[in-house]
Amino acid sequence: MSPGDRRLLPVHAPRGVGMLRGSQSFPDAARTALADTQLRRNLGHATATIRAKRAAVVGEVADWEELREAGRSIKADTMARLDDLLIQLEERVVAAGGVVHWARDADEANSIVTRLVRAAGADEVVKVKSMATQEIGLNEALADAGIAAYETDLAELIIQLSGDRPSHILVPAIHKNRAEIRALFARTLPGVDPDLTDDPRELAAAARSHLRRRFLSAKVAVSGANFGVAETGTLAVVESEGNGRMCLTLPRTLITVMGIEKVVPTFRDLEVFLQLLPRSSTGERMNPYTSLWTGVHAGDGPEAFHLVLLDNGRTAVLSDEVGRETLHCIRCSACLNVCPVYERTGGHAYGSVYPGPIGAILSPQLTGVEDNASLPYASTLCGACYDVCPVKIDIPSILVHLRAEHVEAQRRERRVPTPEAILMAAAAWTLADPGRWQNAQTAIRAGRALGRRRDKDAGRIRALPGPLAAWTAARDAPRPPAETFRQWWARTRGGAS
Amino acid sequence: MSSRDVVLARIRSALGPVAPVPTVRAYRRDSDLDEVAVVERFAERVDDYRATVHRADPGGVAATIAAILVAAGARSVVVPEGFPERWLAALGDDVAVACDGGDLPTDELDRAAAVVTGCAIAIAETGTIVLDGSADQGRRAITLVPDHHVCVVAADRIVATVPEAIALLDPTRPLTMISGPSATSDIELDRVEGVHGPRTLDVVIVGA
Amino acid sequence: MNRGSSVALFVTCLADTLFPDVGRATVAVLERLGCQVVFPPSQTCCGQAHVNTGYQRDALPLVRNFVATFERYDAVVAPSGSCVGSVRHQHAIVAERAGDNALAERARAVASRTFELSEYLVDRLGVTDVGATYPHTVTYHPTCHSLRMLGVGDKPLTLLRNVRGLTLLALPAAEECCGFGGTFAMKNVDTSTAMLADKIGDVLATGAEVCAASDSSCLMHIGGGLSRLRTGVRTVHLAEILAATDGAA
Repeated sequence: MSPGDRRLLPVHAPRGVGMLRGSQSFPDAARTALADTQLRRNLGHATATIRAKRAAVVGEVADWEELREAGRSIKADTMARLDDLLIQLEERVVAAGGVVHWARDADEANSIVTRLVRAAGADEVVKVKSMATQEIGLNEALADAGIAAYETDLAELIIQLSGDRPSHILVPAIHKNRAEIRALFARTLPGVDPDLTDDPRELAAAARSHLRRRFLSAKVAVSGANFGVAETGTLAVVESEGNGRMCLTLPRTLITVMGIEKVVPTFRDLEVFLQLLPRSSTGERMNPYTSLWTGVHAGDGPEAFHLVLLDNGRTAVLSDEVGRETLHCIRCSACLNVCPVYERTGGHAYGSVYPGPIGAILSPQLTGVEDNASLPYASTLCGACYDVCPVKIDIPSILVHLRAEHVEAQRRERRVPTPEAILMAAAAWTLADPGRWQNAQTAIRAGRALGRRRDKDAGRIRALPGPLAAWTAARDAPRPPAETFRQWWARTRGGAS
Repeated sequence: MSSRDVVLARIRSALGPVAPVPTVRAYRRDSDLDEVAVVERFAERVDDYRATVHRADPGGVAATIAAILVAAGARSVVVPEGFPERWLAALGDDVAVACDGGDLPTDELDRAAAVVTGCAIAIAETGTIVLDGSADQGRRAITLVPDHHVCVVAADRIVATVPEAIALLDPTRPLTMISGPSATSDIELDRVEGVHGPRTLDVVIVGA
Repeated sequence: MNRGSSVALFVTCLADTLFPDVGRATVAVLERLGCQVVFPPSQTCCGQAHVNTGYQRDALPLVRNFVATFERYDAVVAPSGSCVGSVRHQHAIVAERAGDNALAERARAVASRTFELSEYLVDRLGVTDVGATYPHTVTYHPTCHSLRMLGVGDKPLTLLRNVRGLTLLALPAAEECCGFGGTFAMKNVDTSTAMLADKIGDVLATGAEVCAASDSSCLMHIGGGLSRLRTGVRTVHLAEILAATDGAA
């Protein structure tokens, strides 16, 4: 490829637009979240509830592992011929009366949607909850163009009314409890009943009446898509409240923004994903509503349908053979609910619209690992995410891979190695040779001096020096023994091997 | 160069040469349940969503529908143009029936107390009804805007599994899969029935 | 039954240096069951901490040393789920990333013969009662890598249930990570500590005298917290319990 063709190479999602980069590193942002006891209580309760629900409905599916394998293989097949499938999807959507737009990045997608809304003569849109449009910062771009975007999913409405950021893929307001939501509605919803209680039933009813007029009068709706079927041009939106059906059915113009990885080859593939997604996501056998539409249906639903196919860094993810399977994600959020890190820090600490384990691998790949360098380290590699992933994304292995990518990027970009890199290189040099390692063990044994010999603290070190002080901030360290294992072996079995 | 060409070129350069990936489909397509058990399973799973299940033989459908609407105090009901007239025969004179041929204004749908439709397919394992816009189901808006949906499901339309249902559906039609009344778990992950879609769902199983 | 087998002990760098009793106990259990245990002295470290922190290039000589040290043995046993996990799932990747496919092949071959202690006892030796006596109340933390990377299932619990005098107390939320995670414990010290606090709460809720596990690293973390809080609960490696015949350990 000639240098002039550089724009044909995959590129990361641009800076300065959208919600993929946080302003703080994960450990710093996590510290703030960990100090918020109300937040930790809310999260602990919510994640425990959804974990139990998921486990129950997954447990009753005898062929769950076969479904996961099918999901994994369909997605791997999809990625291997993504170009052909997108072309096919485009053909079928156009043949069914839709219009297809291609967006290289967030800026282009935002300007396409803005132009389409204006062309429809609207200055407001109703929105179905969509990760892709949050990722690209569509609401902010529309606002800059004088177009009001109204979120209609209950949780998204809560987030929008409070000027907050979403903290979960499925339940963006998971960090708020009913009392906080009641107070918010009482303050922000015009004409709300002053006797509104914090019963979730009443809060949902308040949202219903607040949005009713808006649904019935909206001219333009914007949605994402859970799946786009190449074979038929069919789009799918999976939801619970009916706000999705309202947006997909009532306005005259429908604009759907879909990441290019959401395509699936055949209509039949939905039989796999419509089993995997609801059980993994909300912990239901099936979500209340799934809408499937193909282009424009005469006399039923919108008269104009636009599909915006979004890259925004996805081709960069695709270009990494190890990280590629991150694009298999169907956004169920099961990995968030089982993650011991997410459960304690919540979603905001991840800085991106994609939190939790999937966010820790997706965001750095979309932006380039150096723009989200602390995220691959935001995991103990406990593997709970991999176990529940409905499409078997090996999240721990990809985390380890991205850590290596980060270290290598640092090595390339820095003249002077980081202190950590020096330490790691020294440790590796020592451990690569048994003789050097034995000398080092002798040095470590000198650490015995730090521990008490007698009294109740015998055998424990309560404060370590230098970088190891982080360890003893909350934990004691063991006092090195008088004799290493290999010394004991040599002394007692000398020469036995 | 168009964005389309750029994105497609990026994909090709990202992939490089790739081997085809075989798709593995070792999952179940059907179930061991016999026809009676399939209907039972469907009724049980619909009930789990806090929808109400009614059973009727073909001669009793009209009376069942009438009883549901009376119990709900519904005075105005929408039906799609192709809905069997005989199933409305038991409605009292005080119930206004609006027949939608695609022309009822949304505001009128909003004022209607209920909608009564048929369904294309139902899925037992997930307690799902699927509408495909056929004449007895009508356009999507009529089963969405009214707050109460009564859906008549012929027992022979009930299949056991999701794969069996997908095989019978026509992707060129607008499809809506409905599993219970509209719901949300957005507040503390407590499931609450009834947000924007119909807050009440009655399913009438006919025959078997 | 496969008694009289020859076994190479991979003691792990951590047990070698800080927890030699774990190595001694592993030897004692294997020898009691009739194994011939050898300790190849050229062994050092599996390189897991390097790999998991992103230093795969630095880990390469460690992988090379591990493979060269252990490839001549029919069976390699280590008292650590995470080190065996690294050998089994990471060594070949490190070699491949460095472009050394021959090393990757050799690493895969060694990995297929490398076992965590409870796997070796139950699967290879076919033993579930190792003849131990340990008159204490014990709760068992299954550790993430044993559980999910290796899939050892309830093998450690089966072994513990057959120890005379031992009362096994179920650990609430047992399968949840303790928050160690190697350098995670340093890089994300606040989150790590929050996870540790919950794990300690669960351990204390059992009322057990001893918290056991099959990984010295997790035990060092949990034990460090239990000690800091002066709870009086001890951490003991599974191997030490299985080696005990008179209630000592």
